[in-house]
Amino acid sequence: MVEQLRKVPTGIAGLDELTRGGLPAGRPTLVCGGPGCGKTLLATTFLVRGAVDRGEPGLLVSFDERIDDLGVNVASLGFDLPSLEERGLLSTDYVKIERQEIHETGEYDLEALFIRLDYAVRTVGARRVVLDTIDTLFAGIPNEAVVRSELRRLFDWLKDRKLTTVITAERGEGSLTRNGIEEYVSDCVILLDHRIIDDLSTRRLRVVKYRGTSHGTNEYPFLIDAQGITVVPITSIGLSHVASDETVSSGLPELDAMLGGKGYFKGSSILLSGGPGTGKTTIGAHFAEATCRRGERCLYFSFEESPSQLVRNMRSAGIDLQPCIDQGLLLSQASRPSVGGFEMHLALMLKAVRDFRPSAVVVDPFSALVASGAHYQAHSMALRFTDYLKSHAITALYLSLEDTEGATGLDVSSIMDTWIVLRNMRSDTDLSRRLHIVKARGIAHSNEVRRMEITEGGIRLSDLPQTKAHAGQER
Amino acid sequence: MPSEPEHWDLRLYVAGHTDKSLRAINNLKRICKEHLNGKYTIEVIDLIEKPQLAAGDQIVALPTLVRRLPEPIKKILGDLSNQERVLVGLDVRPQA
Repeated sequence: MVEQLRKVPTGIAGLDELTRGGLPAGRPTLVCGGPGCGKTLLATTFLVRGAVDRGEPGLLVSFDERIDDLGVNVASLGFDLPSLEERGLLSTDYVKIERQEIHETGEYDLEALFIRLDYAVRTVGARRVVLDTIDTLFAGIPNEAVVRSELRRLFDWLKDRKLTTVITAERGEGSLTRNGIEEYVSDCVILLDHRIIDDLSTRRLRVVKYRGTSHGTNEYPFLIDAQGITVVPITSIGLSHVASDETVSSGLPELDAMLGGKGYFKGSSILLSGGPGTGKTTIGAHFAEATCRRGERCLYFSFEESPSQLVRNMRSAGIDLQPCIDQGLLLSQASRPSVGGFEMHLALMLKAVRDFRPSAVVVDPFSALVASGAHYQAHSMALRFTDYLKSHAITALYLSLEDTEGATGLDVSSIMDTWIVLRNMRSDTDLSRRLHIVKARGIAHSNEVRRMEITEGGIRLSDLPQTKAHAGQER
Repeated sequence: MPSEPEHWDLRLYVAGHTDKSLRAINNLKRICKEHLNGKYTIEVIDLIEKPQLAAGDQIVALPTLVRRLPEPIKKILGDLSNQERVLVGLDVRPQA
């Protein structure tokens, strides 16, 4: 039986899931990337989260920036390096090498660097170490052979002391790092990348190598904002979440009645599909309004209307969302998925969910999101998004524009707990709407097709006067 | 040719009593005696004993000789076995 590799969580949302637990314990990890890709931030987060969340002291060795400057840069993320130092959870050292000051006159080594590291590690009993960025040694020390042999010694030294270390290095042309640092680090290599895609700044992270463990190998988008680094997607959580018996109102008493008298299961996924103009958004707005009326937060992703348009249009259907917004219970996020590409968009959506912590989410329409993802990952990422919401017991209503091919062009209906279909019925004289429930897992739901009207007082559902059609066959 | 400095303030950083350390110390003493006409002070710092002093002068390599005065600060790395290069580094000899 081989001993499992022990791992140390970075505390970075998403990265720990994707590495199945974090960085290799007691070993060096190389984080490489071009300028401004977030290396220093990732490394600093690893230290700060270790200190704050787990009480593990850390050592920050900066070769590039004065610690004060670095502290100012990360202060915007709520990291208070001076306070951590005062509390004995962080030790710092700024190693500055001015090449123009230096003359060589015979044999030397970098023993003083080791002495400094050793001293700083012992000062706080550091368990985590960051060396940012190691390339500065190559620029500062004239004798490259000395730097290389000492680097090898340095990595052994860190391993001997079982220090979990993040070493950052500059990206090279056609190689992972400019100075071939990857030769010295065999355990874990993470590559960060920052590009502009369709005018949108896109950051990506890839675990290039992770010896002795399985890990996600794709490129994962990540975000840097006021809360720090978030890597997405979160690894699929699967079906381990606990199904709730609690229900929440759809906002429509008649629809609740069709759903066993109670509404949607809390934390379930509801697909609401229908052609253009069938009233999907109105049902979404009812649900949002009902959520807020209970004093809970609702996050409404609106990809086709701006928040003000949504409020205005829904007002005409008798739903006033403005008070919900004013109370801070309803957050409407409007942006076009095509601008950012699917992954980045999903990243931003997950981020919004994490930050706003709603109990309900409306995605209007889900199909627009999926359509923007030209590549094969779109489906699995859509799954991850729904999984994420489910695992956090967030009730999610996905509005989907139905085309001739079926639900959305992407078979998401199978992952939905409840599927409600809307149809426009055209007769010679008028247009009327129909609603029926195709499925509702765990609910003795109505199979009847209801007539749906959008009135000034909201949506009204009623029995069809003549025929009582059975929706079950109508898929 | 600039006027000769009043004083050389030199600090030699070593780690322990290794051959390399001793070689550097002896080389430095000899060079100063022969070339600096008594206008110098030498302070030897053993970082094994005082590791906390390494950061102050930004010492990374050992041995390192720091010329604190005259300014600007210079750092001469190595065991100081190449006398000509030491003298150039100290600005006792003009750069060839």
